[in-house]
Amino acid sequence: MRIGRIAKAAAFCALALSCLSSAFAAPAGTADPIKIGAIFGVTGPAAYLGAPEDKTARMVVDDINKSGGILGRQVQLIVKDSGASAEKAISFAKQLIEEDNVVAIIGPTTSGESMAIKDICQKAGMPLLSCASAETITNPVAKYVFKVPPKDNYIAEWLYQTMNKMGISKIGVIAANTGFGNGGKAQLEKYASKYGITIAISEVYDAAATDLTALLTKVNAAGVQAVVNWSIEPAQAIVAKNMRQLKMTQQLFQSHGFANIKYVEAAGEAAEGIIFPCARLIIADQLSDSNPQKKLLMKYNSDYKAMFKEDASTFGGHAFDALNILKAAIESAKSTDADKIVAAIEGIKNFSGTGGVFSFSGDDHNGLQMDGIVMVTVKKGKFVPYTGK
Amino acid sequence: MQSSLFVQYLVSGLIYGSIYAAVAIGFNIIYNATGIINFAQGEFAMLGGMISSTLAGILPLALAVLAAVALTALVGAALERVFLRKVARGGVLKMVITTIGLSIVIREAALLVWGEGVRTLPFFTGNEVSSVSFLGANFSPQVFWVVGITALVVAGLTAFFRFTLIGKAMRGCSANRDGASLCGIDPGRTVTIAFGLSAAIGAVAGCIVAPLTQTHYAIGTGLAIKGFTVAAFGGLGNSVAAVVAGLFLGMLESFSIIVVPEAYKDVVTICVLLAVLFVKPSGLFGSRAVGALKDY
Repeated sequence: MRIGRIAKAAAFCALALSCLSSAFAAPAGTADPIKIGAIFGVTGPAAYLGAPEDKTARMVVDDINKSGGILGRQVQLIVKDSGASAEKAISFAKQLIEEDNVVAIIGPTTSGESMAIKDICQKAGMPLLSCASAETITNPVAKYVFKVPPKDNYIAEWLYQTMNKMGISKIGVIAANTGFGNGGKAQLEKYASKYGITIAISEVYDAAATDLTALLTKVNAAGVQAVVNWSIEPAQAIVAKNMRQLKMTQQLFQSHGFANIKYVEAAGEAAEGIIFPCARLIIADQLSDSNPQKKLLMKYNSDYKAMFKEDASTFGGHAFDALNILKAAIESAKSTDADKIVAAIEGIKNFSGTGGVFSFSGDDHNGLQMDGIVMVTVKKGKFVPYTGK
Repeated sequence: MQSSLFVQYLVSGLIYGSIYAAVAIGFNIIYNATGIINFAQGEFAMLGGMISSTLAGILPLALAVLAAVALTALVGAALERVFLRKVARGGVLKMVITTIGLSIVIREAALLVWGEGVRTLPFFTGNEVSSVSFLGANFSPQVFWVVGITALVVAGLTAFFRFTLIGKAMRGCSANRDGASLCGIDPGRTVTIAFGLSAAIGAVAGCIVAPLTQTHYAIGTGLAIKGFTVAAFGGLGNSVAAVVAGLFLGMLESFSIIVVPEAYKDVVTICVLLAVLFVKPSGLFGSRAVGALKDY
């Protein structure tokens, strides 16, 4: 009886093992695929960013695989939805590194998550190409950590340069209480004196806030000439609406986090006249033909729109850039070894992406310059380049 | 403080307070009928906003809102009939946990149906940039709709529980289920109606604030927490207390911004709630004797 039971258990184990091993076996006849991990906030508060990143990454990987893969090997993309939670990002990063044995990780979507896994990837020697923008992700430089969105100090400096031209010197800063918002606020505070700007009031608000009239009342009472809002969440549209409802006439500036036409739709008429700095992707059709990025931007825009029936945003563009930079690096390194990939990324120069023209080095793990950014405004519900009053 | 500034904060507090009160009333109706806290209450507000914003594309706004409220009421009643009635025998705790599970299911279903995007409902009067001035304060005309409709709902509910047979039956069930059933009231049917009614009120709240606050699949959780805070603060089961508590917390949040960053306004309200519950566990207007009759 007992022996029978043990035999049964052993047989069961053997069966389970054989199932497991066949599940893990590579498809017959091809080389092992190159596994690339991705951590995006596909759902949750940063879904406006994470969802286009997820869609873009799948689209790019499909394209790569159709045209023969990387180094003749197919690419397998493993996407984890972190819901923009730093805790989940940490456990997914460990899973991708330890269980999935990926070659590199794309993402995470938000600055908070990226900072949470920066050390993990650095210690594990796992190349990370973050899609978030806080300057602290690549400053100080960690050998294995890169990021593709522009640095937020460039954004702050562009905002201030524009304010100087407009004669604005006293501003109010409001930011979401997230890694992104606080990062941006810190940059604005750091560079204000360089451009002769006084920040009369500087406040953070809950990222999930649904009404900001009370906060804006306080900002208004501080007697500012302009308001800068630094957030990614849909709160950006709420700020725009609430300002108009409060009959505030100050100029509203937003961060590059506003570069999604859906925010404009959500804010409706209240979005008119908002000024913000961002990469050229969203105004690609209005660039001159000689612009080195134009062809690539137009192709990404039209491919994305054809596939997903919605306009592309700069956030999806981050995933596009991260994957293409990684692809270029693996191809030039002719290897998927982490150290060789890192050396190859650092060697990439004048690489046209959606976020600008990248030139990496050992000290610069972002690779973008100030000129990757343009000032954009909203006119009749559309993004147009800002050309002054 | 300038008087116009004071009025401006007052109006902000009024908006927050009305929303919280409307959600809290939904909690109270179900609490009265069943003795449980329905943690799916916030999802009703989410469904109201999402369904109306979808229907607004094909129907006139008023019809879209009415249809959204009716559909959400059906969802609420169906949840009770299909799920909660099955676990009712297992006790109050089982039902409460079931409502938490249902709230997750509804949220995920909404994500599948509507995606992660934020939606807006057209403003009932004017548009996003319309503004009216009152005593030096400026605000969206939607504020009148929010406050007015919330007031109507409270008045209507009071009349419903006092003067209609179904309302009286629901009060009877909450006071003594067995006694009510001996008098010929069907407790099962009454509870179903309570869920439908509660869902409808949640949906109304979701619709009237959607133009101001926008809506997406995940707004329910935050609303449920605030609504529950307000219901507990006022005293569970008491709808008028919920309105008073809601307005009080709303004002507290809006005026706290003068000294505390917006990001931490919830800390202020939760601290006040804790302080009140330490001193008076049954809430501001709750009675310990009534509370003791409930299972939970």
